[in-house]
Amino acid sequence: MSTAPIAPAKTNSIGLQVLDYRGSKTTLCAGCGHNVITERILEAFYDMGIQPERVMKMSGIGCSSKTPAYFMSRSFSFNSVHGRMPSVATGALLANKTMHSIGISGDGDTASIGIGQFVHLMRRNLPMIYIVEDNGVYGLTKGQFSATADIGSKLKTGVINDLPPIDICALAIQMGATFVGRSFSGDKKQLSAMLKAAIAHRGTVLLDVISPCVTFNDHEGSTKSYKYMQDHEESVSEIGFVPQFQNIDVDYDPNTTVDVELHDGSHMRLRKIHQNYDPTSRQRALNLLLSDKDTGEVLTGVFYIDTQQTDFTTLLNMVDEPLATLSSDRVRPSPQILETLMQEHR
Amino acid sequence: MSSSTIAPESQIATPSSNHHTITNDLSIHIATVNGSGSQSANTVLLRSIFSMGVPVSGKNLFPSNIAGLPTWYTIRVSKYGWVARKTDVDLLIAMNPDTVADDIRSLQPGASLILDEALKITDRRPDLTYYTVPFDQLVIATGAEAKLRKLIKNMVYVGVAAQLLSIDLPSIEAVVRQQFAKKPKAAALNWSAVQIGFDFAASNLSKHDPHTIAPMNATAGKIIIDGNAASAMGAMFAGVTVVSWYPITPSSSVVEQLIGYLKRHRIEPDGKATFAVVQAEDELAAIGMVLGAGWAGARAMTASSGPGISLMAEFAGLGYYAEIPGVIFDIQRTGPSTGLPTRTSQADLSFVAGLSHGDTKHVILLPGTVKECFEFGIQAFDLAEQLQTPIFVLSDLDLGMNNWMSEPFDYPTAPITRGKVLNAQQLEELGGFARYKDVDGDAIPYRTLPGTDHPAAAYFTRGSGHNERAQYTERPDDYQNNMLRLARKFDTAKTLVPAPIHEGTGSASIGIIAFGSSHWAIIESRDQLHRESHIETDYLRIRAYPFTPELDAFVAAHDRIFVVEQNRDGQLLNLLKVDLDPAQIIKLHSIRHFNGLPIDARTVTRAIASHAAPSPQGAHI
Repeated sequence: MSTAPIAPAKTNSIGLQVLDYRGSKTTLCAGCGHNVITERILEAFYDMGIQPERVMKMSGIGCSSKTPAYFMSRSFSFNSVHGRMPSVATGALLANKTMHSIGISGDGDTASIGIGQFVHLMRRNLPMIYIVEDNGVYGLTKGQFSATADIGSKLKTGVINDLPPIDICALAIQMGATFVGRSFSGDKKQLSAMLKAAIAHRGTVLLDVISPCVTFNDHEGSTKSYKYMQDHEESVSEIGFVPQFQNIDVDYDPNTTVDVELHDGSHMRLRKIHQNYDPTSRQRALNLLLSDKDTGEVLTGVFYIDTQQTDFTTLLNMVDEPLATLSSDRVRPSPQILETLMQEHR
Repeated sequence: MSSSTIAPESQIATPSSNHHTITNDLSIHIATVNGSGSQSANTVLLRSIFSMGVPVSGKNLFPSNIAGLPTWYTIRVSKYGWVARKTDVDLLIAMNPDTVADDIRSLQPGASLILDEALKITDRRPDLTYYTVPFDQLVIATGAEAKLRKLIKNMVYVGVAAQLLSIDLPSIEAVVRQQFAKKPKAAALNWSAVQIGFDFAASNLSKHDPHTIAPMNATAGKIIIDGNAASAMGAMFAGVTVVSWYPITPSSSVVEQLIGYLKRHRIEPDGKATFAVVQAEDELAAIGMVLGAGWAGARAMTASSGPGISLMAEFAGLGYYAEIPGVIFDIQRTGPSTGLPTRTSQADLSFVAGLSHGDTKHVILLPGTVKECFEFGIQAFDLAEQLQTPIFVLSDLDLGMNNWMSEPFDYPTAPITRGKVLNAQQLEELGGFARYKDVDGDAIPYRTLPGTDHPAAAYFTRGSGHNERAQYTERPDDYQNNMLRLARKFDTAKTLVPAPIHEGTGSASIGIIAFGSSHWAIIESRDQLHRESHIETDYLRIRAYPFTPELDAFVAAHDRIFVVEQNRDGQLLNLLKVDLDPAQIIKLHSIRHFNGLPIDARTVTRAIASHAAPSPQGAHI
């Protein structure tokens, strides 16, 4: 028997273990990019010390939309209908604006059936994290193209996609999202930093995470395959994230980094790789994404961030407490008010 | 119930000293062009008669158009208190050149009309009384600037009609000043137009028709309101907190009026709102937000009409299956498809009852009066949370957008009911919970709200198959048990929804079953049947789906039952057939009205009178 003292379990700033952020066992294919994203998400919430009960996990329909079951079982989850998670998430945040909200969607759920609700969510700058687990293909129905599939890409059945893909990031920036980035499920360092910054941001965060489908879309011809991403991924910036409860690291070269202060006082530092890239310019972000289209490279990083824009629940000027639990006397006007209204109709 | 306070026609002696005079019993039909501003003039006329203590109702028959198409406004004055649409027109105010020929042709002999001289109608029917008025010249005499003349012209006909019908001038002045309270200049101009019309009629027209309006004391304390305003008030007093909607006629005015009420009465002293209203991108998003908000604990609602309700079908099924509260006001218009967007019907009943794919059943409230629009507007929110399911409130364009007299609304006596929601302390005591378990035997499970601070509070909401613990399942027994519990929950709903209202002695052999706005034609028709054909009837007005046991008793107690409704396919009849004892179904006869206009008493009376006469055994309409 060992006499060494048992090391206390590692905990985060609110005293919870990683175990407290676990979900059920995944039922997705082995090697699916989505499972790796799931790991990054729960780590990010753990690292940021967010109480799981303060989180709402929202999703639509599809492989990606199943993943909220695989992380943070102590959080409240709503797996809704195909392409309509944005409206459900909106309603939930109107009812309780004090909650964190994370929505997990896929490229079909977002860019095909759900694009109507998607753009309006972005436009409202609803304070939530919206992750698109993007593989360019419908997995659950066995491999049909989605609207982010590459033009010219070929299905196993031989069908060739002859329409151009929708750039979810460019669309989100144009529609009003205030934190827009792209990453790759296999890029642990970048995705983790991005997710933690996303949790600190107040406004709509759109993260397009390329997540190869090992079953239906992981072949040479697809830009959403592991092979392609490993060969072609190009970062727009190297991201460091400093939560507000730690001392801010000042060891960086001011000539090559941009430090962005987020809503909770934490900082996100982007190390510029592209000369003069400024993530606070919407126009520059759009130019970057458009000019990148023909390079054959997949640009990753945080393209755009705006910490000044008012988010939707703030805009509505609601009382500080959740609407959901207001007491009766605050939501049912008095008999005198009814009498006044009756008098006006006499 | 206000209908019970109306004295039947047969019990009121006509207070006429001269048999050529008909007092307080006429229908005025005002034909104008939409967008010409006739609405204010018509409202002044309606409210002036109301303020004389005379029962009155107003119905707007308007086109789906912004400006330039024909519109008619009908004012029914009835000392008996009848407020249903009356098909016969006693006084036509003909202002629209495009419809004047048809408008005159449709008048029955003996009717009279106020005719714009500019319409140059030279052929005169000898059986009508014509009052020709040079409106354009009179309008110029008001001194109104050119761009206002079209509007002011309408107020001139108010003056002419007032003189011809002996409507109180002081009443009109008071209503004009109230209506334009915030614009004294407009009030003065409109009032002068009324006077000019009145003076012209006094000096130039001689009265040849029998109709007159005399003061009564039948509207004291009453209000005039449209059903959509009443529904909106109900929602506010229900404590609605989240409203999401997409504009669609005839439901838009529910939310528009609600926004007005909320801004006045639900802003706290620090300027912050105890509500959120979102105009959604479409009806799918509107109901999605309602369910998201209901799931997270808000009292959430939307209002829509046919096409919007169609779009909500998928989410309605999610709400039913995942058991999420929400309130959906469906202000029915005429379908299918775009249909007649500005006309009324009761044709969404069977669609809404099972809205969505799979075995779905919804709880529906069926208001028949503006007062019930208010009351059910409150009750719907309580039921939604008690039953944890979407509640549909089926109103219609006639009830929702037209002006109805009513007793004032009563302040809710019951406290707000939030249903079975577990808090952190209860979870601690219980050691956890199973979201879809029938603990109490009423098939209604317990839920928690997001944010409840307990490690066992969370559960996974999904529209896919789930077991008692809200876990994904495809097991046959889990699926079936859950569906059976939902069916039992629907039975529980029967004990909570508003019961039907029975009118009549209960001893008649003929019964009438109806719902919603058909009510007003039914009560008038019962009086006609009694007076004209000595046919006595009992009447059961259904006020909710699922049906309650009173229905079976009523059908069992009558030999012949007429089911009256405003749709083509007898949708209520078909729902009744599903629930009733098969042996009783033979008693049911269908009376349907579906031309886009509100149902009238005469249609019901004719149908019942022609079939209530002795007929071969088992004859079925």
